Amino acid sequence: MPDKKEVKGVIERISGSLVVAGGMEGASMQDVVHIGELGLVGEILEVNGDKASIQVYEETSGLMPGEPVVSMGEPLSVELGPGIIEQFYDGIQRPLELIEKAAKSHFISRGISVPALDRSKKWKFEPKVKVGDEVIAGDILGTVQETVVVEHRIMVPNGVKGKVVKIESGEHTIEEVIAVLDDNGKKSEICMLQRWPVRRPRPVARRLAPNVPMTTGQRVVDAFFPVALGGTACVPGPFGSGKTVIQHQFAKWAQAQIVVYVGCGERGNEMTDVLLEFPELDDPQSGHPLMKRTTLIANTSNMPVAAREASVYTAITLAEYYRDMGYSVALMADSTSRWAEALREMSGRLEEMPGEEGYPAYLGTRLASFYERAGRCIVNGKESREGSITVIGAVSPPGGDLSEPVTQNTLRVTKVFWGLDANLAYQRHFPAINWLSSYSLYTERLDAYWDEKFDDQWSGLRVEAMGLLEQEDQLNEVVRLVGIDALSRDERMVMETAKSLREDFLHQNAFHEIDTYASMEKQFKMLRTIINFHHQGLDALHKGAPMTKLFNLPVREQIARMRYLEENQIDQIDKLDDVMKEQISGIVPVGGDNNAA
Amino acid sequence: MLPREYRTISSLSGPLMMVEKTSEVRYDELVEISLGNGEKRRGRVLEIESDRALVQVFEGTSGIDSEDTKVRFVGKVLTLPVSKDMLGRVFNGRGEPIDGGAPLIAEQNLDINGMPMNPFSRDYPSEFIQTGISTIDGLNPMVRGQKLPIFSASGLPHNRMAAQIARQATVINSGNDDFAVVFAAMGITFEEASFFMEDFRRTGALQRTVLYINLADDPAIERISTPRIALTAAEYLAFECNMHVVVILTDLTNYCEALREISAARKEVPGRRGYPGYLYTDLATMYERAGRLKGKSGSITQIPILTMPEDDKTHPIPDLTGYITEGQIILSRSLHRQGIYPPVDVMPSLSRLKDKGIGKDKTREDHADLMNQLFAAYARGKEAKELAVILGEGALSDEDKAFAKFSTTFEDKYIRQGEYENRTIKETLELGWNLLTMIPVKELKRIRDAYIEKYLQPLLKGKTDADNAKS
Repeated sequence: MPDKKEVKGVIERISGSLVVAGGMEGASMQDVVHIGELGLVGEILEVNGDKASIQVYEETSGLMPGEPVVSMGEPLSVELGPGIIEQFYDGIQRPLELIEKAAKSHFISRGISVPALDRSKKWKFEPKVKVGDEVIAGDILGTVQETVVVEHRIMVPNGVKGKVVKIESGEHTIEEVIAVLDDNGKKSEICMLQRWPVRRPRPVARRLAPNVPMTTGQRVVDAFFPVALGGTACVPGPFGSGKTVIQHQFAKWAQAQIVVYVGCGERGNEMTDVLLEFPELDDPQSGHPLMKRTTLIANTSNMPVAAREASVYTAITLAEYYRDMGYSVALMADSTSRWAEALREMSGRLEEMPGEEGYPAYLGTRLASFYERAGRCIVNGKESREGSITVIGAVSPPGGDLSEPVTQNTLRVTKVFWGLDANLAYQRHFPAINWLSSYSLYTERLDAYWDEKFDDQWSGLRVEAMGLLEQEDQLNEVVRLVGIDALSRDERMVMETAKSLREDFLHQNAFHEIDTYASMEKQFKMLRTIINFHHQGLDALHKGAPMTKLFNLPVREQIARMRYLEENQIDQIDKLDDVMKEQISGIVPVGGDNNAA
Repeated sequence: MLPREYRTISSLSGPLMMVEKTSEVRYDELVEISLGNGEKRRGRVLEIESDRALVQVFEGTSGIDSEDTKVRFVGKVLTLPVSKDMLGRVFNGRGEPIDGGAPLIAEQNLDINGMPMNPFSRDYPSEFIQTGISTIDGLNPMVRGQKLPIFSASGLPHNRMAAQIARQATVINSGNDDFAVVFAAMGITFEEASFFMEDFRRTGALQRTVLYINLADDPAIERISTPRIALTAAEYLAFECNMHVVVILTDLTNYCEALREISAARKEVPGRRGYPGYLYTDLATMYERAGRLKGKSGSITQIPILTMPEDDKTHPIPDLTGYITEGQIILSRSLHRQGIYPPVDVMPSLSRLKDKGIGKDKTREDHADLMNQLFAAYARGKEAKELAVILGEGALSDEDKAFAKFSTTFEDKYIRQGEYENRTIKETLELGWNLLTMIPVKELKRIRDAYIEKYLQPLLKGKTDADNAKS
């Protein structure tokens, strides 16, 4: 660590969340400063001679020129150590619970300084190395059971290595020294608490290709537009199309070991919802409450706008820390548009030359460098642990217009696009992900994975189902012009199956206790049954079976209700094949030939 | 600190005034301005650069000169005197009584900007509010602590609807004695304002109402503080006096215009349609003041009303509002033309907090499924009707015909209701089930079998019995 140098200046100009201070020679970019008598927290955005432009993370009302500004000589950093999981932080990693206690109010007052991690709590540290071992940065010194499901691994900090000369065990606070390393006479004391500047990506050893799926339990996503571990995805959509519900669904059911959820410039009640609901819901993989693997960061829309900008960096740094331990981390950011707006507001106050729609010219680079911090990789350390960060960012395009700068810049760097469609939402088709406009660049890579698991049937089913949905779209044009009677019997079957795919498979009720989550096993069986009915139905039609009878077979109601089967009952879906066969053979005329149409 | 007085106005432009050679001026501070003719105005500090302060004058700058006008910095931010006696009173947009009554004796003086609620301290809204309007209660249920705007357009009866909600809103199984309405008018006409006042007076609602009125001919800049003043009063009533407060803000479009005016005068880089880039944040600081707090029995429910310019939902004002509020009720011109009141456009309307407010022990177990089914059926019926317009009725399948008929009846029986008709939630639910009897049971995919059995089958049986009796 370089020596901290303190720089003192005075306020010269105040305009909203921007403060310009004079007498700041020696202050460096992105240093954290404390402003005014209240000691509001801010960050230096621009240095010009002895003047520093500062974005203030708290409301500036009441400040006046001449008040002191003190730079701590350190960039904005987060505290890393046990105690992060199950926490509820604001944008600059202050626990909101402690803010409530310190402010003695339900409202957030200013100038509150609370530690991100509990200094007095004792954690049971179990060493994994012994005296005499050689360790390098990233190696695990020992573990702490952070929650029932998360084993917190204390790592050798970046830039430190050497021989272990002392290692503790048992109950310790995060500030107590738990290990001493000796690197050719240079001694380093290590405690569980470490710090890392949020704007600097944590290094990794090697990056890997994203070819392992991260399932989400959402059928339209897992089956048609899957995301890989370490992948990036974006969900743009107009308001009311269900962005937040989808993000919540991902946070609940994504097959990740750690979930970081950042509410950036969104509604306060939504964060409260997560906070109240997650401790009640059980994770299908671990069987423990979801909160035991989740950390929340909230900078709601009415909280100071500058801290919004910091909140996404705080979130991804926490995610990187758990990735370095060797976990798969999923990060949900809702919504990146609000972050971009915060950038725009600060840029406007700095009087920078505006780019498109008033956004700063560096919007694209900022977004790209954020999403690039995602990925699957081998992390630092001798063990070659694998960790990943999957980033799912919601985008809120004004008026639902996807040509706006934030969406376009995001699409350039993300690999999965789930396009939300207001019309689907009006029809209460949720998740309102449009199956024609969405895409995933991971589909082919992940097909291989699922084909191996499901006897080489997966990709075939997926391609056929997608094809049917596309055919339906074209046929709909015809129907709109000349009516449904103009379609051939085969085409009518396509329309029926596509409808069944839409209503019985793609539509998923997030608020239904069973339908809210579907395992891949269940999804596969459901899809296979629907496609099976299509094949057998076509066959029956060729043999002269009456169309209306076919479409109204009782088995179709059973198909429609597959989604409500619990995970331990999904074998019942297999039986539908026989039921289907029997009922269809009942309506095919005896001696029906292939030419009847 | 002593208040300081200056006569150093250097420039005036729109609602803004630059004061020179100032010292110890605080950001956001309240400013009192005395004109040469003795008139007093107020303003606040928008920006300070060394010894120059930029002041926004609430009443506008007309008549201010750089010679005789005195500017005094008060040393504190704009505060509002509050007490429970506000109930039943009428104030102007700056919070001064205009009903001829005595000045308010303040219990407290509160900063009108408030402070952000700590999301950790919030309690999730989950108490169903019965408004007596089927399209809201049945399809877009509102809960205490929600912010649910009405997206309207010029010529639509949003005011009548807002008044009806204010009149009828009640929580099932709870008294109404701790219930209050805070009403803030921003730039509406005298006629509209007097409609509300008259309605509140006639129905006896006035005693539990606080009104803040900024009329169309009042200074536009004053509108910036009017909603904040109203919300400060609401926060006091809700969280200090433990009342359930419904805040009606109308018309947000006028508010945003005023904001744009100031932004333009400050020569800021404009965002979409000339509105400032921080419009989202600015609106959020108001809308987010709705909610409930842990350990407090009071609540703030917001019903902001805005008129969409040219009925355009993608216009920045409704668009940004929709991103912040928890749903929206959209009014439809076509329903209004058909003479249907309230003309709620069911499809794009939405209440995001409905799921926690309905169901067993709150409304009824079948509410959610029934709601989803009604939406789906109405959507399909409307589609079928569109198809019939192009191809003729004959081109529809039997099912589509049933759905088309359903959607017409739905508009006539379910959406339409009287301005003074107060339907209980049970009546609304029964109405929904009755309408579903028009559709083949096989098509009711959104409803659990158990509910079909329990609620629909008896109705179907009744229907067949009646049919049999007829034949």
